Amino acid sequence: MKTDQINAVVIGASAGGIEALQQILPRLPKGYHLPIVIVLHIPSGQRSYLSELFLTKTDMLVKEADEKEVIKSGTIYFAPPGYHLLIERDFTFSLSTEESVHYSRPSIDVLFESAAEAFGTHLLGILLTGASPDGAAGLKRIQDRGGVALIQNPDTALARVMPEAARSLLLPLSEQVLSLEEIVLLLLRLKR
Amino acid sequence: MELGPLLESIYLQYHYDFRHYSKASMERRAAQAMFRMNCKSLIELQEKVLLNAEAFFDLLQFFTVSVSEMFRDPSYYLALREKMFPILKTYPSLKIWVAGCSTGEEVYSLAILLQEEGLLDRTILYATDINPRSLAEAERGVFALGDVQKFTQNYQKSGGKHSLSDYYIASIDSVKFDRSLVKNITFSDHSLATDSVFSETQFVSCRNVLIYFDRDLQNRVFGLFHESLCRKGFLGLGTKETVEFSKYANDFNVFLPEEHIFQKIEKRGGVKRED
Ligand SMILES: C[S@@+](CC[C@H](N)C(=O)[O-])C[C@H]1O[C@@H](n2cnc3c(N)ncnc32)[C@H](O)[C@@H]1O
Repeated sequence: MKTDQINAVVIGASAGGIEALQQILPRLPKGYHLPIVIVLHIPSGQRSYLSELFLTKTDMLVKEADEKEVIKSGTIYFAPPGYHLLIERDFTFSLSTEESVHYSRPSIDVLFESAAEAFGTHLLGILLTGASPDGAAGLKRIQDRGGVALIQNPDTALARVMPEAARSLLLPLSEQVLSLEEIVLLLLRLKR
Repeated sequence: MELGPLLESIYLQYHYDFRHYSKASMERRAAQAMFRMNCKSLIELQEKVLLNAEAFFDLLQFFTVSVSEMFRDPSYYLALREKMFPILKTYPSLKIWVAGCSTGEEVYSLAILLQEEGLLDRTILYATDINPRSLAEAERGVFALGDVQKFTQNYQKSGGKHSLSDYYIASIDSVKFDRSLVKNITFSDHSLATDSVFSETQFVSCRNVLIYFDRDLQNRVFGLFHESLCRKGFLGLGTKETVEFSKYANDFNVFLPEEHIFQKIEKRGGVKRED
């Protein structure tokens, strides 16, 4: 697995996602050398306090992504509720209120596919627990563009639909299906 | 995916200007259009839409994102009702511009609000969009029954004084809004990218349109709104949109930060902006 030239990390999760992220994000140090962009499904109509929730739990900067914002390392970005989050080729964010994908807006596929086009081989995509097939096609696109695609081991996931959907789409590689702990260790091992 | 040549040729032939739209989302929609319009490549899509205007309007359905909702973000409408309309009430007559009105959900919501605040009779609403099919839908005022539950919840959260069903007649699969709501609405084809200002207004509501534009085009559009608005006129934007980082940042005050409602600053002594 080529992880020596990663410039950004994208993460997708649904049911059980908050718990899973609570095992990952607090372990990353202040000023972590990569940006981390996250789509986490939350019930629609609910205001999202994701960025507030994680603000106190990690030393990295945490915020909701804004349109045209330049993506910076050391920062964790959450997709705003009700909007798809996309990454442009100039490494800025855009937002869209297009149709839901797999009943979700924000959708993981939309983020992953645009990130794959923008970052190509320099992207690491991680799909965690979830009860929706959203994200599988996006993770496949990341792999197709030469990026690194990781899946939480469905046996360790609170909901296995999401990681299983991805596993059946991806070209199987070693070190692709990992526990949360292994994901953390890999993130900490990534070189500057 | 290189959309440049397609967008350039569309502009030359049809005068629809998508050249300054955010790329990632346009590429996604172009890919959907290729698939649904049975084109294997962008070149093929380009040939098709240049040869056939009907095909161009099919493509327009993909290039414009028409998803909308009545009383979307109820707190916005609540703020209009409680904080802004009391000020607008002091005007003898009102002109309101809903820019990028799509299929009409936003302008019908405003009409209902104005009706309940006793303002509809002295208000003219301009509802504009570039998508003629959306405008025709908006004019009909018919919405899918399946969406009405959501609209009703939103209406109630926005401080609605009656029941939303007072304003429509339901049939098997749709609801049709009362014609009394549309009598003061003018629907017209107007592009924020290529057209100019057509009227002075006291309030412009433009929500979830600017997110699709690049900075240059956003600046153009803020210029149009600035020109259209009267002194102390209001500008309401979507929850992720702001004039604060634009060329017009100093020409507006933040009226209600939570709801992204801005107010045009009254300039003294004819300060001229540098362009
Ligand atoms: C996502 S909808 C927003 C609908 C509504 N304002 C709302 O917030 O629910 C965006 C609309 O902007 C319109 N639009 C796109 N480009 C435009 C332009 N240059 N001028 C005017 N309207 C435009 C699209 O046709 C579409 O109907």
